[in-house]
Amino acid sequence: MTTLETIDTDIAIIGAGPAGLSAAIRLKQVAPERDVIVLEKASEIGGHTLSGAVIDPAGLDELLPGWRDRRDFAAVPVTRDRFHVLGAKTDLEIPDWLIPDIMKTPDGLIVSLGEVVRFLAREAEALGVQVFTMTAAVAPLFGDDGAVTGVLTGDLGRHRDGRPKPGFAPGVAIRARQTLIAEGARGSLARTLIDRFALDKHSDPQKYGLGLKEVWHLPSDRHAEGRVDHYLGHPLGNAAAGGGFAYHAAGNQLFLGLVVHLDYADPTLSPFEEFQAFKRHPAISPLLEGATRLSYGARAIASGGWPSIPQLAFPGGALMGCAAGFMNVARLKAVHSAMRSGRLTAEHVARALQVEGGTITLDSLRDELMSSPIGKELRRVRNVKPLWSRFGPLAGAALAGLDLWITQLAGRSLLGTLHHKGPDRASFRPVVGGRSRSYPRPDGTITFSRADSVHLANIAHDDDQPVHLRLSNPDGPLGETVPRLGAEPAVHYCPAGVYEIISSGGLPSFRINAQNCIHCKTCDIKDPLDNITWTPPEGGSGPTYTGM
Amino acid sequence: MKVLVPVKRVVDYSVRVRVKADGSGIDLNGVKMSMNPFDEIALEEAIRLREKGQVDDVTALSIGPRTVQDTLRAALAMGADKAVHIELPADTPIDSLAVAKLLDAIVREDGYSLVLLGKQAIDTDLGGTGPMLAGLLRWPQASFASELTLIDTHLRVVTETDSGLRTLELPLPAVVSADLRLNTPRYASLPNIMKARSRPITVRTPAELGVDVTPRLRQRAVSPPPARAKTAIRVESAADLVRSLRAEGALK
Ligand SMILES: Cc1cc2nc3c(=O)[nH]c(=O)nc-3n(C[C@H](O)[C@H](O)[C@H](O)COP(=O)(O)OP(=O)(O)OC[C@H]3O[C@@H](n4cnc5c(N)ncnc54)[C@H](O)[C@@H]3O)c2cc1C
Ligand code: SF4
Repeated sequence: MTTLETIDTDIAIIGAGPAGLSAAIRLKQVAPERDVIVLEKASEIGGHTLSGAVIDPAGLDELLPGWRDRRDFAAVPVTRDRFHVLGAKTDLEIPDWLIPDIMKTPDGLIVSLGEVVRFLAREAEALGVQVFTMTAAVAPLFGDDGAVTGVLTGDLGRHRDGRPKPGFAPGVAIRARQTLIAEGARGSLARTLIDRFALDKHSDPQKYGLGLKEVWHLPSDRHAEGRVDHYLGHPLGNAAAGGGFAYHAAGNQLFLGLVVHLDYADPTLSPFEEFQAFKRHPAISPLLEGATRLSYGARAIASGGWPSIPQLAFPGGALMGCAAGFMNVARLKAVHSAMRSGRLTAEHVARALQVEGGTITLDSLRDELMSSPIGKELRRVRNVKPLWSRFGPLAGAALAGLDLWITQLAGRSLLGTLHHKGPDRASFRPVVGGRSRSYPRPDGTITFSRADSVHLANIAHDDDQPVHLRLSNPDGPLGETVPRLGAEPAVHYCPAGVYEIISSGGLPSFRINAQNCIHCKTCDIKDPLDNITWTPPEGGSGPTYTGM
Repeated sequence: MKVLVPVKRVVDYSVRVRVKADGSGIDLNGVKMSMNPFDEIALEEAIRLREKGQVDDVTALSIGPRTVQDTLRAALAMGADKAVHIELPADTPIDSLAVAKLLDAIVREDGYSLVLLGKQAIDTDLGGTGPMLAGLLRWPQASFASELTLIDTHLRVVTETDSGLRTLELPLPAVVSADLRLNTPRYASLPNIMKARSRPITVRTPAELGVDVTPRLRQRAVSPPPARAKTAIRVESAADLVRSLRAEGALK
């Protein structure tokens, strides 16, 4: 092997989302003399960012007090915020007085998170942070003492079989005194490090949801800027926890989405098709008639909350943002916590770096964050997700609401702290009597096929590169999963149609269309055999979201 | 010997563009921009000539507002020796002829022997700049190059035509436009991207170069192609296919 080129820095941050960029900015604010590098796998900042998003402005206010004057992105104050329970045809609006305070964001702003991170990246660069797009971190580097000493970046320009192409650029070693992991939900390096350092030894397994989103341009008579609606019930009913959202953003845009919790049982459930069904509901479809769909995408969210927060620090670095699991599922808000965790971790790192020499482990980081507003917020809603899992989507949601009320009124929950039973991949039940969930054909105006949707994610992925979705056992899907469950769930859950069972020469075979992958990470989470590993493809591959 | 490679900042090839609601143009708000792929190929070829020792200096040049400096940094990271930015105020439209005139002025001032450029920019697909520049300079030109060899003061260029490949010999100085098959551009390495960030970029203006860039063309309207009537459907069998084709009236 040829020797690696090396870049030395004080702090390497993996992922240019709200968590990573907040940490970078804060480091330069408190320790301008430190070198800070941020690595981002998307071909440009925001290209892989997908969020709702109604954000709690606290994250921005605390990090960049003057942001409102400098901002170059639309931020629409929420004027009306409602929860609805949908039946197949009915729409019941829950009166505002019934909603516990913790579920509300009175000063919320409707933004495109992609635009926000672009703004943050410019602020970071102005402070001297080196931001590199098209650069995936593919593996942690370890020192002789076992501590993390940085990361290896991915090679650019290999053929499918691994041979280098003309123009090949090998990865480089980024060596850093602290490596901060801000890869968002289900980070690939985070996964390696959590295993290696047993960071989740004392916490529950992380739980996830898959969030699908479309941006629509509405005729002005249908658009009510500042309006926010959340929906429980139809179409998921009792098949899966989760719910829909519709945010009326700036410029006549509607941010429409559905979050499906990944502890559902039916292997043939398709989150994509559920989302299409959601759009057909009479509460939504009238908005979309005559409207234009502008973009589509999907991304996992971490939803385990309080009981699932692992140890954050490891020798040489720490986890931040959704890579650590800071998500308030009761109000679907995590951007402000991601930003706070970046800011607080940066302050911690800056202090620790002043103490010269040796490997740094931020031992008190977790305690500090869990007693900060991040932890306080997670603690108050800690039973929401366990109740949802235990009592089913509908009764669970009602009980969760009750628990939040009791917590609000009595100052504490009567339930103590409930725990998660197992990882999402363990929740499948075999298809009963060969009955799979069936979905109607798309109408081409409000509902679409997966293929037509993925088209709107602007994917760039050179097919002639090593397949980044690795099967530990290539026979797993057809040899084990299908016989056991009666279906291969990947064919149904992947929001980009990457996995297919095709028949070749009369025999079924499992095909991976890796070039369609939109980096949502669901397969890495939900494969029942834990057989699929998502690894970062060549830097710059994947979706190119604009304004998601 | 010095080579000039003009590089244009365009909407990235992977982006599905949208026409603005008022039909005045393409909505560029927040859209990913990158170096025109054919210019990247031209630049790669110039760098390879320098690596072979046949060329001493490769200069990348871009015309437009400040943001085109991103494209010039990308060119420096790939291996260009110098970068020149001809600065226009933001949102200034510019025609191919004005671009050719600016290039003409720069070539005369700085003494280049070869201008290597992309056969066309993927945003307007006009392909006018190269031929116009050759005309202004009164230099020989070879368009749609898929192979290029420099022999002393001559170029042998294989070009792609509708009826096959054509090999041209031309004396230097010359203008050559690059086609897709000329080469595969290299990836810039992280250390080179980092170094490119602190390299100088020479900034010039049309006024300094004595070129009037007032557009002679006016864009009247931009409209998207007519929408497809229906989304594709997946058929289960050949019989299904025949049935669907019949239903659509495509088969009798
Ligand atoms: C559908 C949906 C709706 C949501 N709605 C809201 C909402 O309304 N309000 C709210 O507050 N929150 C919302 N969230 C949650 C919020 O988007 C996330 O909590 C937040 O984005 C997490 O920030 P992060 O910085 O931790 O990670 P991310 O935003 O996920 O950023 C991680 C970045 O790291 C990059 N990356 C990952 N791995 C690597 C690697 N190995 N090498 C290089 N780069 C890498 C990724 O490309 C990405 O850019 C929503 C999430 C979803 C999916
Ligand atoms: S292959 Fe996996 S990560 Fe990629 S889009 Fe499908 S489920 Fe998501």
